[in-house]
Amino acid sequence: MSSNAVIQLVDLHKVYHTGEVDVHAVRGVSLEIQPGQFIAIMGSSGSGKSTLMNMIGCLDRPTSGEYQLDGVNVSALDRDALAEIRNAKIGFVFQGFNLLSRTSALENVEMPMLYNHRRVHSEEQRERARQSLEIVGLAERADHHPNQLSGGQQQRVAIARALVNRPSLLLADEPTGNLDTQTSIEIMGVFQKLSDQGITIVMVTHELDIARYTKRMIVLRDGKIVTNEPVRDRLNAEQELVKLRQAQAAVKLA
Amino acid sequence: MATPLAHARGSVGFQPVRIIASIRIALRALRRNKMRSLLTMLGIIIGVGAVIGSVSLTSGATKEVEDQVASLGESILIVFSGNYTSGGVRGGWGSAVTLTADDARAISRLPDVVAVSPEVRDREQVFANGLNWNTEVMGEGPDYPQIRNWQVASGSMFGDAEVRSLAKVAVVGQTVVDELFPNEDPVGQTIRIRNLPFKIVGVLVPKGFNLFGSDQDDIVLVPYTSHMHRITTRNFVNDIQVEAENNQVIDKVQNEITDLLLTRHRSPEQDFTVRNQLELMQIVTASSRAMGFLLAGVAAVSLAVGGIGIMNIMLVSVTERTREIGIRMAVGARAADILIQFLIEAVTLSVIGGAIGIVAGITFSLIVAYVKHMPDVTPIVWIVIAVVTSGFIGVVSGFYPAWKASKLDPIDALRYE
Ligand SMILES: Nc1ncnc2c1ncn2[C@@H]1O[C@H](COP(=O)(O)OP(=O)(O)OP(=O)(O)O)[C@@H](O)[C@H]1O
Ligand SMILES: [Mg+2]
Repeated sequence: MSSNAVIQLVDLHKVYHTGEVDVHAVRGVSLEIQPGQFIAIMGSSGSGKSTLMNMIGCLDRPTSGEYQLDGVNVSALDRDALAEIRNAKIGFVFQGFNLLSRTSALENVEMPMLYNHRRVHSEEQRERARQSLEIVGLAERADHHPNQLSGGQQQRVAIARALVNRPSLLLADEPTGNLDTQTSIEIMGVFQKLSDQGITIVMVTHELDIARYTKRMIVLRDGKIVTNEPVRDRLNAEQELVKLRQAQAAVKLA
Repeated sequence: MATPLAHARGSVGFQPVRIIASIRIALRALRRNKMRSLLTMLGIIIGVGAVIGSVSLTSGATKEVEDQVASLGESILIVFSGNYTSGGVRGGWGSAVTLTADDARAISRLPDVVAVSPEVRDREQVFANGLNWNTEVMGEGPDYPQIRNWQVASGSMFGDAEVRSLAKVAVVGQTVVDELFPNEDPVGQTIRIRNLPFKIVGVLVPKGFNLFGSDQDDIVLVPYTSHMHRITTRNFVNDIQVEAENNQVIDKVQNEITDLLLTRHRSPEQDFTVRNQLELMQIVTASSRAMGFLLAGVAAVSLAVGGIGIMNIMLVSVTERTREIGIRMAVGARAADILIQFLIEAVTLSVIGGAIGIVAGITFSLIVAYVKHMPDVTPIVWIVIAVVTSGFIGVVSGFYPAWKASKLDPIDALRYE
């Protein structure tokens, strides 16, 4: 095993025991992800993408198999150690946003810093949360509550929250699921920039167009990896944005 | 297992800052549900309010007794007729008739006795100025103001000559003055008691209400001889008030009076009781303390109910906020963080409830004290006890819900609908 990999999965299984039927959501996934990698996980609904992401994100434990994160056997750690890892190393964007209701966008983004091992001063928390919101282009909505934000805006708050602790691993379950094309490309621009800075990103997506902004593509079917290959003719978000704006301008001109 | 992550693990204790952050989270959560928070606190508010209120009133009463004793001097003795030290109780104070004015004179000749006043009491309708008033008419000796540490404001107290001559003179309290002589100086005027004219020779300094709520200034003093032979006809006095030289000799004087009266009365069993001021005070404070314990018991029950209320609401709150708990755990909250958050919420609820209760209790006792003309003292110790107790109730009642919250699995909590 080459061990400079950030993530190393060996024959990972996840079985849900629900009532009479056992659901075998992930069936033997082995995968190595190098630092700075930008991966898209694709696959039809129910193929086990979210299940796999939850395990990579140290939220859920595999039924069997081994998971090494930064050379640490995560499967052997206790709850508090996992919480510490989630806080310090991982930024997670959930498929359903999972924002705190009746809490402003800014406070939502600040929340992970409350649990940092090294205390962050409350002014610094505020400042960092604001910067995070700026990255996703939502600074002017900082005081809005989730129920005052559109789906896409909520998703961007969730991304800002995932970024606020400057994680080395960003996990995003359909981060562009609710966004229009332009915002999607903008978010991909953010991800590409983070990737250039050396952050490892794993992203679930349904859209092939979006997967083309990543460096590598994995396809899951029935809990197994069926494709794992580099992305050919990769898109650059900045260029695509320019093109899109020209196209939009053309429409208006016509 | 040595892992590179080991350094990242916190030590077991919490940094104080996390506590402050938890307090902020808790306050925010409570503010979101103002009405519910208030209702939850109600049990604690009532419990603490009851404790503080009752303690304030009873310790105010106790303090007043102590003050009265201090102002009277601890060297006062009262001789009652009837025996209250042995066995069964026979009627009220002074209901048996055994003490005479001669007994009082004999007592006054004892070595360490400085003042003696035989006392007879009666309620009478008194008339003056075309007005009338029902008041306590007391037959006393000239030493009475000295024994009771009570000054005469204008005029003077009657003396031995008036006692000897059964003089129709009176010294009146301020309430009687207010009722019968609203606009004039009563000294030199006449009041009629049982149709006999009594000349007012003095007015007593106002004393206010005593701790049983009765008006000490609603009083007319006349020579005990005049009372016994002109107003009423009797040979016995209700009691005899005695002042000893000082409080060192009080036990000696008490024994001497007992010996003296036993020889004088020559009855097979003791038919009188000698009490000193200290004993009287203890009787009064003991009864007010018993009252205090009763109220404290009621308050304790209500605090327990308040604690159960908090636990109930916290359990509901944990269930309602399962997703929030999941989200917090997903971004790195440890079990202990969640435990502390909910514990602090419970403690905040009960401590704020306790604080409101303290204010309510003090206000309540002040109002009662004002309306009933009673003294009121809130001891600081009890405020501290109330705060500590309510904090303790918060911890106890919040612990189980908080512990339940901290045991949730992050992924299950996130999926909770
Ligand atoms: N908590 C659970 N209990 C039982 N079965 C589950 C649970 N979570 C997921 N599953 C099952 O596991 C399988 C994989 O689910 P998963 O959520 O990983 O799919 P997915 O690839 O993310 O789908 P989608 O694209 O719709 O989000 C599904 O068949 C689902 O029904
Ligand atoms: Mg999914």
